[in-house]
Order: sequence, then C-alpha cells, then structure tokens
Amino acid sequence: MRGREDEWTDLMRLANAGDASAYQRLLRAVTPVLRAAARRGLVRAGQPADQAEDIVQDILLAVHLKRHTWDSRAAFAPWLFAIARNKLIDALRRRGRRIFVNIDDFAETIAGEPAAETVPAKDVDVHLGALPPRQRDVLRAIAVDSASIKATAAKLAMSEGAVRVALHRGLATLAARLRKE
Amino acid sequence: METDQLIRTLAADNASRSRPVGSALAVALLVAAPFSIAAFFATLGFRSDIRTAMHNPFFDFKFVVTMSLAVSAIAVGVHLSRPDASPRGWLRLLLIPLVLVLLSAGVEMMLPHSRPWLVRLIGNNSRVCLTAIPALSLPLLVASLIALRHGAPTRPALTGALAGLLSAGLAATLYAAQCNDDSPLFVLTWYSIAAALVAAVGALAGSKLLRY
Repeated sequence: MRGREDEWTDLMRLANAGDASAYQRLLRAVTPVLRAAARRGLVRAGQPADQAEDIVQDILLAVHLKRHTWDSRAAFAPWLFAIARNKLIDALRRRGRRIFVNIDDFAETIAGEPAAETVPAKDVDVHLGALPPRQRDVLRAIAVDSASIKATAAKLAMSEGAVRVALHRGLATLAARLRKE
Repeated sequence: METDQLIRTLAADNASRSRPVGSALAVALLVAAPFSIAAFFATLGFRSDIRTAMHNPFFDFKFVVTMSLAVSAIAVGVHLSRPDASPRGWLRLLLIPLVLVLLSAGVEMMLPHSRPWLVRLIGNNSRVCLTAIPALSLPLLVASLIALRHGAPTRPALTGALAGLLSAGLAATLYAAQCNDDSPLFVLTWYSIAAALVAAVGALAGSKLLRY
C-alpha cells in the first residue's frame, strides 16, 4: 500500500515538472481506486453502483483543475482522497441522499478487487455537446478522435496556442457545469 | 466519453497550470485595495490630530492588532484552500490578534485614567466603527473570495469566514487611522463585532462560492 502511494507522489512530481506521460500513468493508476470507492459509496447510499463512472470522471476533472493546490512536498494520496471524498459526497447529495463518506473508503481498496461492470459515463458527453463551439470541437478532436494538439490545430485551422487555451477552458467549463447539475 | 479518453485529454492539458492560491490572493488584494483606500479618504480620512496621536502607544498598537488579524487570517485562509488541510492548530493563529488586544487592555487597565473603563469601552465612534469596517472591507472581501475560488477548500464556509476576517483586518487598519477611540477596550469590543459581521457574510458567501 505504502509503495503504491509513494509511486503516485513520484508520478505527480514528474507531471508537475512537465511530464505528460507520467501524468497519464498516474491518472490511470488512481482510476480503479476511485471507481471502487465510488461504487461502495453508491451502494451504501442505496443507489445503483453501475453509475460510478460519472463520479469517477467528475473526480478526475477536479483533480486536474485543482492540482496546483497539492503541496509537492507532501504525499499525493491524502490530497487525492480529500478531493475524491468531497466529490463523492457531492454526487451522492445530488442524487438525493445525505451520507457520510469515510476517508478509509479510498485508502483501503483491496488490490485484487474484480473490475465490476459499469454503465458508460454520460454526464460529460451531455455537457460536452453544450460547450461553446470552439471548446467543443477541440475537446472532441482530442478526446474522441485521439488527435494530438498539433493535428487538432491543423484540422480546425487554429494556432497550437489557441487549441491549448480552448482545451483548458473547455475542461474548466465542463467541470463547472457538472458541479451545477 | 470513456474514462480513458478523458484521462488522455487531461494529460494533453498537463502544461496548463493555475496560479497558486497565495499569489492569486496577493494579486486580488492589490487590485481591490485602492478601492477601499479611495473610499476611506473620500468618506473618513485621517483624524485631524494624527500627528500627536502617533505618539500615543495605544493609537499605534491598534495597527499592530488589526494587521496581525489580517496576516493570520491570510495565512489560515490560504492553508484551508488545500483540500487535505486540517484547520486544527492553524486556527490558533487567529488567537494572536486577540491575545495582543487583551494584553494591551490589561496594560491600559493598570494605568491611571481620567475616564472610567466603561466609558472608554463604549467610546464615541461605535456606530461609525460598525459601519466603516464592514463597508471598507467589501471590495477586499469580494476580491478574496474570487481568489480563493482558485483553491479547493474542504470547508467552504470556514474558508469564506477567513476571507471575511482578512478583509476586516485590512479595513480596520484603514479605519483605525480615523477613529479617535484608542482604548484597547474599544478595539476589543467594537472592532471584534465588526470583524465578526464581515466573517459571517464571508462564511455565507463562501458556502456558496467556494465549492468546487
């Protein structure tokens, strides 16, 4: 357990130093842990656990947009679990239940937990369609068509800088709309 | 969207990075301060005897108290904007201005006075104090809340209250230069009530605005 969390901290430090692939590895590594905790939270609130994926994506967006609040001298896991817990409570409340989420839900995920069936997330797609056209096109190109920033710039006849700005604004707008939902 | 698609998209945005909350707050306060300062000089201005007042240690000590409130509230507010921050221990920093004002009140009580302590406590300016500090703190409060939205506080209402306290501390630093009640008893009573009012407004606004 200790080893896994140390690895996350190292990956996040690399990400902050500009290593995008370390960042991607980190997000992939934490996702199963977040998913398991989201499922457990849903079950305890008497909600269908297969809706976990929307919550996972909501958490990942918040992690991304708030990662400057992580103190790089501290461990990454407590910061991650604090964000995740906050988002999970929010999501369960929106689903109409007040519930207390224990922070241990995140920490004590069993390594070999089987990957459960999950309904594909739909919240992000719903809001993606309603974004300003530029942000929507850029996000679609990068997320759905797996295009690079460079290819997206060429395809949409934008500068790479403009693509980067639209990408970041699009993600921030998505997160804001998910929160208001 | 598949979660892995979202992850790839977030990684593509790795180069973007927000300003740290502390520096966002510094910029916001620098932008808002001229509004509060202009409002102060337009409505109140320095007290007429400020040159003699500066030789009165109790006049000078008002600034120590108000600035220590501002500084400690800034430190705690920035700390609380981290999701994994615990308020424990940090909130004790807010006792610094309180201890300072209590100490100076103790010193003042030991000195001979022409006016009884209750008269000094009630003072002449309580109504102005309760109006001026909240009013002067408004631009600073709005700016602090905008800056703290960069953070990810686990306790939005508490963080909003800190935004209120830091704004009140700065506004009181201005107001203290006009107020001719220098007794620590006056400061302890009326400045505290004014700061609590602004903190309550901040808490209310924070509970709505500082969720992420």
